[in-house]
Amino acid sequence: MLTLTSPVETRLHRLPAGLKLALLALAAIGLALLPLGGLVLAAAAVVALYLAQGTVFAAHGLRMLRPLWPFLLVLLVWHVFTADLPRGLEVALRLLTAVALANLVTMTTRLEDLISVVERLAAPLARFGLSPRVLAVSIALVIRFVPVFLLRVNQLAEAWRARSRGRANWRIVVPVALTALDDADHVAEALRARGGL
Amino acid sequence: MERSVTQIALFAALIAVLGLVPQITLISGVPITAQSLGVMLCGTVLGARKGALAVLLFLLLVMLGLPLLSGGRGGIGVLAGPTVGFIVGFPVAAFLAGLVVEKWRAPVGVAAFAGSVLGGIVAMYACGTVGMALVLDKTLPEAALLNTPFLAGDLIKTVLAGLITNGLARVRPGALLSRP
Repeated sequence: MLTLTSPVETRLHRLPAGLKLALLALAAIGLALLPLGGLVLAAAAVVALYLAQGTVFAAHGLRMLRPLWPFLLVLLVWHVFTADLPRGLEVALRLLTAVALANLVTMTTRLEDLISVVERLAAPLARFGLSPRVLAVSIALVIRFVPVFLLRVNQLAEAWRARSRGRANWRIVVPVALTALDDADHVAEALRARGGL
Repeated sequence: MERSVTQIALFAALIAVLGLVPQITLISGVPITAQSLGVMLCGTVLGARKGALAVLLFLLLVMLGLPLLSGGRGGIGVLAGPTVGFIVGFPVAAFLAGLVVEKWRAPVGVAAFAGSVLGGIVAMYACGTVGMALVLDKTLPEAALLNTPFLAGDLIKTVLAGLITNGLARVRPGALLSRP
């Protein structure tokens, strides 16, 4: 399955994942507190950071911000209506900068690096019964079963179309959920047969 | 132990799939995804605790950068976006939906519908509205107004969650882990 990590190899890919996440957390707090002048500088710095990784990477980063445009539009219309456009632009800039910065970490950090950070962070939870191994197996199971279920939904939808003139509707969720419960039983048995968790 | 883990993991995958497939048209012509339906079902089928854990696992994978949120969104950026409140509300919604089905001895479908309304509408929109008010710098009533367009679709999904949970219980009695 595709992750959101950028295939364009950058210098940022080589930084440790834990460091990037810690910096991001600090930057997120900083962004929320910055006055307007500092915010503009921060936004410019983020844009420069993207562009420094090459135009292909920067274009990819821009596409990652696409889901935000309906909200930006609403903000714009709202603040034109209340005749307070500068305030609206500031809110929009804060939002865009924060999301772009977080996306930068997502785009430059490989899944396996992030998973190992999660495992390290979750290590203290072992005392409460959540061993890092259980967490790792759970993550792997989800990643494996998303394509399995996608395929199954497609097969059930095709079978539906073979029988009926209409397209598959919500009723298809019943067999999908039922087979998910069955799969869970089978996988649990397989895990137990291999020594358990 | 193994069984709980696989159930939680596979229902986390189910939430992802329900957000990804366009084949499931809930009501013809209305482009709403079934992702929040998946969240409600996690609660009503797995029960409060396991349901909430399944949602948390799903969100962990989203944070790790898998594009599993409806519309192919993912990464830590969603925590900085305007929909962060709904993301916080997801596990709460599953927990409350499961709790109602576990505790209220009404017919399964009715309890699942009521639980989905309490979790998927009341709790989810409370969290979602607070999140949107903070990120977009609006007052709570203003943010609530911005969220109302999605209310109709989510109300339909609560009805479907009730019908689907009821269907599961009818097809296979004992399938519902929320009603042992």
